[in-house]
Amino acid sequence: MELQGKVYRFGDDINTDEILPARYLNTSDPAELAKHAMEDADPEFVKKVKPGDFIVAGKNFGCGSSREHAPVALKAVGLSGVIAASFARIFYRNAFNMGLAIFEAPEAAAEIKAGQEISVDVNTGTITNLGTGKKYQSQPIPPFMQELLADGGLMAHLKKYVEAK
Amino acid sequence: MSKPQTITQKILAAHAGKEYVAPGELILAKVDIALGNDITAPLAIKAFRDVGAKKVFDRERVVLVCDHFAPNKDIASAIQVQTVRQFAQEQNLVHFYDGGDMWVEHALLPEKGIVVPGDLVIGADSHTCTYGALGAFASGVGSTDLAAAMVNGEVWLKVPESIKFVYQGKLGPWVTGKDLILYTIGDIGVDGANYRAMEFTGPAIDRLPMADRFSMANMAVEAGAKNGIFAPDAVTLAYVKDRGLRPFDIKNLYSDKDSAYALVKTYDVGRLEPQVACPSSPGNVKPLSRVGEVTIDQAVIGSCTNGRLEDLQVAARVLKGRKAAKGVRLIIIPATPLIYRQAMDQGLLAIFMEAGAVIGPPTCGPCLGGHMGILAPGEVAIATTNRNFVGRMGHPQSKVYLANPAVTAASAVTGRICGPDSL
Repeated sequence: MELQGKVYRFGDDINTDEILPARYLNTSDPAELAKHAMEDADPEFVKKVKPGDFIVAGKNFGCGSSREHAPVALKAVGLSGVIAASFARIFYRNAFNMGLAIFEAPEAAAEIKAGQEISVDVNTGTITNLGTGKKYQSQPIPPFMQELLADGGLMAHLKKYVEAK
Repeated sequence: MSKPQTITQKILAAHAGKEYVAPGELILAKVDIALGNDITAPLAIKAFRDVGAKKVFDRERVVLVCDHFAPNKDIASAIQVQTVRQFAQEQNLVHFYDGGDMWVEHALLPEKGIVVPGDLVIGADSHTCTYGALGAFASGVGSTDLAAAMVNGEVWLKVPESIKFVYQGKLGPWVTGKDLILYTIGDIGVDGANYRAMEFTGPAIDRLPMADRFSMANMAVEAGAKNGIFAPDAVTLAYVKDRGLRPFDIKNLYSDKDSAYALVKTYDVGRLEPQVACPSSPGNVKPLSRVGEVTIDQAVIGSCTNGRLEDLQVAARVLKGRKAAKGVRLIIIPATPLIYRQAMDQGLLAIFMEAGAVIGPPTCGPCLGGHMGILAPGEVAIATTNRNFVGRMGHPQSKVYLANPAVTAASAVTGRICGPDSL
């Protein structure tokens, strides 16, 4: 599957308080959370972003709180995914568990600029900068995570367990 | 002879039914305790129900604590707490806490003896790593991971590499575990231990009281770590022996001599000053003397990092006979009802009241900008909490400095960031 969209740029160490401020954690409704995605990093973000767009960020994206509301908000905004030089571990885990596409690609994260159009082949992890034509390869997804994705995520995986019982 | 392992590897191996696990290996591990709070549990409960699960794997091992937006700060929060309460009742959970039973979760679990050395704990709260102070493997996860553990009592984990930190020297006055961890995060950065275990060792650690060890393990996540850990010793045993709800054995809970480390960091902390994390990152750390002139509007003493009795005792030593500066709101939050009670019996609350402090009920409240101490645009706070991200304690244009309880109390008195020696 090939996703295509415009790039919104963010820097290093974007934390989950910036992605979804705690003052909005009194609900877990995705549509409600989506209204505040990235608010403390860029208050105008939700007004500008369109379904299918991408966030490209520096290192350690999603550090801080374990709130799954952060990837939930980004998915509910309609983002195709997040490309970063690296991800903080809890965010990485959460994104896989709840189904937000994320790509670890340091070179892409360093070179792709705000406003550029990119496409990402979800199956191979190949990122193409449609402005420059340059291609980048994101880090391969660990085999266990691939299994999880093939199963339809952690909960689908679990459903099999519950049904077997 | 078996291959050497770190304490983290040993605990993970034991919970995966193996003799040995290697860093990088993916394991399916049994969970001793699965924890959630009023913010993260509702999402987990929904996922639990969505897969058709009927019963949690063990009603004694799923722990739910309503501490973040409780006492309920608004109707939406009240509904979240209600969701958790109803689930706890339906599942007949042994460890459900709200109302007057409400405690800050990471002060609660150790105090109640719910976590013991050698445990594997996952919690849908990033500061779950606090229990590493007890010699447990404890790591923060998200709500979906919590849901999975509530269903089958298991979690998938990648065995982390470890970084060994060796702290040499004797700590000076007013220098605490909080300062050691701030200094460490300042040194290695907020992703300096990403995906790794932080193992805290050395002579200064051997002498460190439990309260300080909890503060250090608590903030391991601020360096990106999967877990922070201390090998249990006599100090740990003295803390756990009358509390532990389950049997445990510490004889194998140490890192083997030839364990492999990704990195070894040795610090001489004999001359370390109190440390301050400046806005807006726990990694933006300076020694107190180099922070400069910073006036404050609010000082907060409490949280899962520094809301323990020892922290309040230090604050009381500084505040005794003194008053918070005019215009400074001093907020003190004992982390549990027991700490509150002890602070009352020891006369600490009277000292705080005479100093003009607001004494709050146990809650995470202001630490994450929830309630009970929110900052307006342009306001500055000093806090004993663990994060000072943009907007963490209120408006995105407010600022938070992180420090130990002595520095926070002294700053409240002068109205500018300083140590007790400046009083």
